[in-house]
Amino acid sequence: MDRSKLFIGNCYAVSPEIVARRFRRIKSVTLKGKPRFSDFNMLPLDWGANVHSWLVMFAKVYPFLEELRLKRMTISDESLELLAKSFPGFKALSLSSCDGFTEIGLKAIASHCRNLTELNIQDSITEEVGGGWLSSFPENFASLQVLNFSSLNGDLNFDDLEKLVSRCKLLRVLKVNDSITLDQLQRLLVHVPRLTELGTGSFLQELTPRQYEEIETAFCNCRNLQVLSGLWEATSLYLPLLYGACASLTFLNLSDVPLHSGEFAKLLAHCPNLRCLWVIDSVEDKGLEAVGLSCPLLEELRVYPADPYDRHHRDGVTELGFLAVSRGCPKLHYVLYFCRRMTNAAVVTIVQNCPDFTHFRLCIMTPCQPDYLTNGPMDEAFGAVVKTCTKIKRLSVSGLLTDQTFEYIGQYAKDLETLSVAFAGSSDWGMQCILEGCPKLRKLEIRDCPFGDSALLSGREKYEMMRSLWMSSCSVTMKGCRLLAREFPRLNVEVIREEGGDEDQAHKVYVYRSVAGPRRDAPPFVLTL
Amino acid sequence: MSTEIGSILSEMESSACLKTELTLGLPGGGAAPSKPGSKRGFGDMADLKLGVGCDRGDEVSVSTPPPSKEQVVGWPPVRSYRKNMMKSCKYVKVAVDGAPYLRKVDLEMYSSYEQLLAALEEMFTCLAICDVMNERKIMDSANGIEYVPTYEDRDGDWMLVGDVPWNMFVETCKRVRLMKSSEAAIGLSPKTSSNGLSMN
Repeated sequence: MDRSKLFIGNCYAVSPEIVARRFRRIKSVTLKGKPRFSDFNMLPLDWGANVHSWLVMFAKVYPFLEELRLKRMTISDESLELLAKSFPGFKALSLSSCDGFTEIGLKAIASHCRNLTELNIQDSITEEVGGGWLSSFPENFASLQVLNFSSLNGDLNFDDLEKLVSRCKLLRVLKVNDSITLDQLQRLLVHVPRLTELGTGSFLQELTPRQYEEIETAFCNCRNLQVLSGLWEATSLYLPLLYGACASLTFLNLSDVPLHSGEFAKLLAHCPNLRCLWVIDSVEDKGLEAVGLSCPLLEELRVYPADPYDRHHRDGVTELGFLAVSRGCPKLHYVLYFCRRMTNAAVVTIVQNCPDFTHFRLCIMTPCQPDYLTNGPMDEAFGAVVKTCTKIKRLSVSGLLTDQTFEYIGQYAKDLETLSVAFAGSSDWGMQCILEGCPKLRKLEIRDCPFGDSALLSGREKYEMMRSLWMSSCSVTMKGCRLLAREFPRLNVEVIREEGGDEDQAHKVYVYRSVAGPRRDAPPFVLTL
Repeated sequence: MSTEIGSILSEMESSACLKTELTLGLPGGGAAPSKPGSKRGFGDMADLKLGVGCDRGDEVSVSTPPPSKEQVVGWPPVRSYRKNMMKSCKYVKVAVDGAPYLRKVDLEMYSSYEQLLAALEEMFTCLAICDVMNERKIMDSANGIEYVPTYEDRDGDWMLVGDVPWNMFVETCKRVRLMKSSEAAIGLSPKTSSNGLSMN
């Protein structure tokens, strides 16, 4: 068997030494670090997941390394330099939700990776990154196929970018950041009409009629475009520029541009082949009705909140929008839906319309919000999801929920792998139902639920078969955590206590299986039991 | 601590991309073996007042929501870098005296008073903006009632729309009210000085 690719879902489940002993001739590594809730600022900085010790080992043992894909890890400039200089055949670097680097590290990559085909930086938090790194690519460097720096803050030297893009004839993915203007984008597009994925820059610009025409033509020439994103500050004024590029589009990512329903519907009319749509709830239910009408092939929908902290009391989307989509898009199997209003009845109908859900992530943004019509719990909604959608693999629940929801999940969701729970449940029994009922559970993340030591310990036999458990702001105590840790040496039980809080309370608990023992890089605020 | 990894399970079916995830499962994926003394471990749990199973009768607590206006860390679960969410978001309520409903406008969508008034005209279709004695006035064509566009600023004062530069208006405006001309004389703040309106 060709074992040249390594996938490590939790970097602390194993150590570089163990991996090096066990695997030879690795060309591709995927490493994931922090728990997912770190995306939402729930972990202090310097929690860990620094990739450096891994790179030191890889440099020794895997000289033929070609690909490194990191998710939620910290990578410093020093690490990037080590990477750049240690692997002569290095081709692909992908950093998703990573942090710790600046343009110094990127310069090192650009200067030394002669065979680079992919530089993919996504959702990564950086300080303002200067644009000088682009000029570090050598003059004869032309191998890039994927270039994504859309999440980097900071201005770039456009000339450097244009020179680079014009040299790289194989470029098929180009995602720029919002410092790139429309007319600059046009100049880039002229060099790469065969793009399959495009992330535009900002649309905030006053165009002359001639510029408008040129840009429109440039977009029309992108006949192979499957994925479109970016579109910062696009309004109805310049959205029509895109229409010519949308015929083959399968994935439209509007999660960075809050559109209104009218301009959104007009854009959708030009995208008959959409399978995946990410949008902001500024389009409201009316916009989602247009989705139901225009996107019969839709398989994935994500609706993000424009105003997550409800500062402006906007309507956003409700159960009506979701219903409209379910009626028109029977192939829908992945949904992420942020709303302020939902009913059990709507969800029951939605899953009847779309029984093939594998990923159902419903976020009713006000914690413990009841059914809008009945004012009761939302238990039956999620009950309907797990009863009707037999293939459900990932579930995020929200709203007012009692233990009944978890009874349903434990009873019916036999393929469930990932469950996210917040502000829900009535007692330990709820969590116990999950742990005893879902045989394929791999990741369980819980916050602000009334689950205590009894619930935690009810899953003690199960955690070694899962990737991880996260519990924060629940009722777990240090005593319960210590019991778990003592009985299961192959589990790492890490606790972060609340500053100034009760010393017995285990404020944040992270439990994961590991053959590497307790981690040696834990910062002082992380207690390993 | 054993350095043996145990069985390796393959995650992807496709042979083009064979990933291996390191697991702790025994060959055959069985459950962890029972360890001697584990029962003693559970004896310790007695003082945590735990039953063998959870007694559903023990009501621990129902999940309660946080105090309503308090912003909870990490909730809703959106990435903080989504900075541009708030950018074009200057929604203000627009009320028309005598009309039973409110509308909302996003002031960021307009770059001048003309544009805003045109939008209001569209929204409240019974209204028309006319030039009356060289002033912008809003008129209900059905009953001839004149309205004066006013707004409440950050200090809570009611001002006449158009008094301050547009950008300052966008920044300070909290809500808009189309006030009947007849009432405008009483209702506006003394700060406002504008043609055609008598002040107290």
